[in-house]
Amino acid sequence: MIERKDIDKLAELSRVEMSDSEKDGIVKDLGSILNYISEIQQVATGEISEEGRIGMVKNVMREDGNAYAEGSHTKEIVESAPKKEGNYIKVKKILS
Amino acid sequence: MKIDVHTLTIEKAHEGLMKKDFSAVELATAFLEEAKLKNKDTNAYVEIYDDVIAQAKVADEMIAKGEAKMMTGIPVAIKDNMLMKGRLVTSCSKILAGYRGTYDATVIEKMKKDGVVFLGRTNMDEFAMGGSTETSCYGITRNPRDLDRVPGGSSGGSAAAVAMDGALASLGSDTGGSIRQPGSFCGVVGLKPTYGTVSRSGLMAMASSLDIIGPITKTVADAEIVYNGIKGYDPMDSTSIPDDMMAKGQPKEKKSYTIGVPVDFVYMEGVDPDVLANFKSTIEFLKSQGHTIKEIKLPNLKYSLAVYYVLMPAEASTNLARFDGVRFGLLKEGKDLFEDYAKTRGEGFGKEVRRRIILGAYVLSSGYYDAYYNKAVAVRNVISNDFKKAFEEVDLIATPTSPIPAFKIGEKTADPLQMYLADIFTVPANLAGIPGISVPSGTVKKEGKDIPLGIQFFASHFHEKTLFAIGKEVEKQ
Repeated sequence: MIERKDIDKLAELSRVEMSDSEKDGIVKDLGSILNYISEIQQVATGEISEEGRIGMVKNVMREDGNAYAEGSHTKEIVESAPKKEGNYIKVKKILS
Repeated sequence: MKIDVHTLTIEKAHEGLMKKDFSAVELATAFLEEAKLKNKDTNAYVEIYDDVIAQAKVADEMIAKGEAKMMTGIPVAIKDNMLMKGRLVTSCSKILAGYRGTYDATVIEKMKKDGVVFLGRTNMDEFAMGGSTETSCYGITRNPRDLDRVPGGSSGGSAAAVAMDGALASLGSDTGGSIRQPGSFCGVVGLKPTYGTVSRSGLMAMASSLDIIGPITKTVADAEIVYNGIKGYDPMDSTSIPDDMMAKGQPKEKKSYTIGVPVDFVYMEGVDPDVLANFKSTIEFLKSQGHTIKEIKLPNLKYSLAVYYVLMPAEASTNLARFDGVRFGLLKEGKDLFEDYAKTRGEGFGKEVRRRIILGAYVLSSGYYDAYYNKAVAVRNVISNDFKKAFEEVDLIATPTSPIPAFKIGEKTADPLQMYLADIFTVPANLAGIPGISVPSGTVKKEGKDIPLGIQFFASHFHEKTLFAIGKEVEKQ
């Protein structure tokens, strides 16, 4: 059973601020959703191999070179950032 | 010649442009006017571009120089989750307010080369999470066939734009049915191509192993034209299918097809009786046209939706980690960087997106990872193998597109699980990576209005041609 403290933890891990009433609502919603998705336990899948886990995936390689000339997209990319200074994106200090 | 936006198709418009019955500018003007008029009621478009006529002039120049392709001068609408350089693109989420594309999505690049005219960007459920286009930060879209009903989702704006004659075609994206289900709700054709045949580069990711871009059109022939224009290998998408592999996988052309009906799946509890009656009569019609109908068993298909609601939120919660107030769109500041993230994401994402992020984080968390995520991947493989076996004896598999016709606005917003169940027939194609198409199959009278219904077909990987062939048969009905 999913509990309120689980939602608190998941919200923290996911970096999503939510009100108390929303978290309580999610306890209820997730309860019925998890009940439904638990149906998958009924399917016999046998031992799950590493291959079976990843499915139809293959590695894709390309030549190891510079795909773009340095600075060719800097302007557009920096422009999308909410806070910037010159050619840099600005964030709050993480080391004190 | 007068342009009739209601009866015009891509095929006919192309012919008209080639014969100089009308110019691309005249064609674009006609659709622009209709789009602006109808959009007041439907809100299918969240933005109608102001440079449409300039784009159409470029198309006219291509035509004058004899460089026209099938799609040159065709007015189309694009779902608000595909990047166009310099234009606003937001996935209808507050968290991307003001964001402009830094490059063109591959599908857009291809369409630009072909001289397609982009009318605007269309409404959708926020980050494509929903089946009714009711979670957009731009407000709801209404179904052009009945304004009290939803257009389906998540590509509801794209389907409504075509259904209201506000575009000749549109692009949608389909993760669990988001092209086909709104197609059926609005009475238009929706194609979900084989996974990897259309590049995802420049499509905002929801669940990367399930996402695909595809067309929404008035006719099956038009869906084929748009698909042929956007498909193809793209080195910018690591899951893109090489052209030679696609060529090798092409089906043989046939005069009549064997159509499998997974009876235990289709005739289950909760499917609307009108939907079933319409499905049966469409199948009878196909039989009368010389196709063979075969009852088949796909016992694990009923678990598809449960598998989907593990894998999709797991992948979505991971993909949405990039929206943190640092690089794009909205920033809500707190006392430190952690609070910047949490406040930006808490306010920027809508309720359904927040719910799916939490669900995704849960099924991926240690202690539940094996029971949910790994188990779901294993069941996905079981379902894929079931399909592989089924396609050894049938060319196509038919189901209704949606278990219910378009529902009333607000009817299912309170109960997320009820909303999710509307995807039950469409998600198997995404899990197996096979193509699926929804074709209008008639209407049902509800409160004096004709509400559209759709029939869906699945085919083996790369067998889109078979889907087009059977879709054209349904259109004869």
